[in-house]
Amino acid sequence: MDIQTFFQNVTNAMQWGSFYALIALGYSLVYGVLLLINFAHGDIFMVGAYIGFFIAALLLGQYGIKLPFALPSEWIFVLTLILTMILTAGVGVALERIAYRPLRRRGAGRLYIVITALMAGLILENGNLALLGASRRAFPDLLQKTIYSVGGISFTNIKVIVIVAALLVFLLLETIVRKTKLGMAMRAISYDRMAVPLMGIPIDTVIVFTFILGSSMAALAGVLFVSAYPVLEPYMGAMIGWKAFIAAVVGGIGEIRGAFIGGFMLGFIEIFVAAVFPSTFRDLIAFAILLAFLSVKPTGIFGVARAQKI
Amino acid sequence: MRQHLTLVLYGILCLVILFLVQGDWINAYLQLVIMYVGINVILGTSLNLINGYMGEFSCGHAGFMAVGAYVSSILNMWWFTDGNLFGNALFGPKASLFLFPVTLLIAGAVAAVVGLLVAIPSFKTRGDYLAIITLAVNYIVKSAIENIQAIGGARGFMGMRKVVNAMTETVPLPWLMIWILVFTGLTVATLHRFVSSNYGKGIVAIREDEIAAEIMGVNTQRMKLIAFMLSSGLAGIAGGLFAHVLGYINPGSFTIMKSTEIMVIVYLGGMGSLSGSVMAAVLFTILLELMRPLQVLKWVLIPLMLIILMLFRPEGIMGNREILDVFPRLRRFFPAREA
Repeated sequence: MDIQTFFQNVTNAMQWGSFYALIALGYSLVYGVLLLINFAHGDIFMVGAYIGFFIAALLLGQYGIKLPFALPSEWIFVLTLILTMILTAGVGVALERIAYRPLRRRGAGRLYIVITALMAGLILENGNLALLGASRRAFPDLLQKTIYSVGGISFTNIKVIVIVAALLVFLLLETIVRKTKLGMAMRAISYDRMAVPLMGIPIDTVIVFTFILGSSMAALAGVLFVSAYPVLEPYMGAMIGWKAFIAAVVGGIGEIRGAFIGGFMLGFIEIFVAAVFPSTFRDLIAFAILLAFLSVKPTGIFGVARAQKI
Repeated sequence: MRQHLTLVLYGILCLVILFLVQGDWINAYLQLVIMYVGINVILGTSLNLINGYMGEFSCGHAGFMAVGAYVSSILNMWWFTDGNLFGNALFGPKASLFLFPVTLLIAGAVAAVVGLLVAIPSFKTRGDYLAIITLAVNYIVKSAIENIQAIGGARGFMGMRKVVNAMTETVPLPWLMIWILVFTGLTVATLHRFVSSNYGKGIVAIREDEIAAEIMGVNTQRMKLIAFMLSSGLAGIAGGLFAHVLGYINPGSFTIMKSTEIMVIVYLGGMGSLSGSVMAAVLFTILLELMRPLQVLKWVLIPLMLIILMLFRPEGIMGNREILDVFPRLRRFFPAREA
């Protein structure tokens, strides 16, 4: 592999890793607060992509409702992004309200909530399939694709946007979790769920906010993903969701930094495996690396083993 | 007589089913449903050993099933049929009658060895992290099979029907049904005896508190090794049977979706309850078949049902109890075995 192909692959891996990182973040946030693996998160990503598709189509006037003024497509993209993030956050919160909160109130074991999450994911996937049919949809080209070339390495503007968005989100979330009162409350809940309400922290509000953050990041990833690879299908969230989950675990689940490092790591592994071996080996090698990694360091890169009392 | 009442009852049930099948009283579709029930019972109870009794969260059971399915199919094709894949039959089609269960057991053994992939990391890893490992193993198995072109890769593998037909031609009995009933009975009996034995109670001890169990003298590493290997081996046998019922397998049949189905059975029946898993397997399989006309909507309604179940009865049908705990009067007929 010459140096040029190498850097070309690095840019690809950065983009691919950004998607994983953005989704892994939702897993990590929710896990950090609730100690719950929100298995429906990959499907929230899918829902986000679909909501983005419909909003974009609406704004482009494809449903017969024309806006009084024609928006330039960059504006439509930004508007789509914002509206999608808001609506998808609503879906995430609704999921928490309908499925997880009643279980939490009843004091059911964590495992039951995990199963509920798995099932909620299945409902979202297959509900979409039943509702909208199996036909694939193409996301409209909102951003004019321009190709930059630096030193023989070419990359598109979408790639730049994706990577920059991922880094910005990382900085934003690190600030929220480390510097704000809300972040402190989130960390406190994860530390001791029983004592936190006694301190006057509105636990439900904090949890809802966590879901809002996680889901809107998944929506961001969804819209960016379909801008880069403009095909929508009901099962698009499943595989990428599982992989992002693995990224979150490799990084040490519950850690924002971990989710990011893990996401980029998985992105690099996948792209370089596909560059060296036949591409059908991608999953095999990626998962084998994961298995080897977890056997050596069972808590992930940033994770710390929780002390167990007897 | 009384000690063996369960055995006798199961024997009678099997004979009734076989009689109905042999006499063509029930059609091929119903036979298929009964066979699926048997396979799902094996899968559900074997996963319950890990998820229910040992308290770990394994969500990649379909991977072991895939290993069993492929190993037994390949062995059967190689031994009993003249195919272009392995040349002439090693033993000839007549021998399949006696050697079919042997291939199933070999398939189970190979699946158990693959189970080590999960068992060894489980010494250090617990809880959510172990869930990922099982998931990863499921994907590894699936994509490994996809990459072996000799056994069809992603296209799948077929021809097992010939073996089943060869058995029936040798002695005209519904052999596949017989083997499914035999292995279902054996699985439930093995697991029941295992978890109620003094030795097997170490598994429940691990669920309650691993460190305490270790201190009390349970060799937790060996216990986990045994539990994972037993569970995956049984899943392998179920996979072998599944392959022969369908007559065609491809890696796509053994995805997370299949693992989820098995998990639904376990949680529907109740964790740590073998009778619950058996009931749930029967109920779930029949429900799946009843809902077949709904097509995709089936996979919306089933998860919805499970969510509602989790909301109103999170412990499943049976909870942590066996049928004898729910109906204590039955104890008169089924005396407890002296430990």
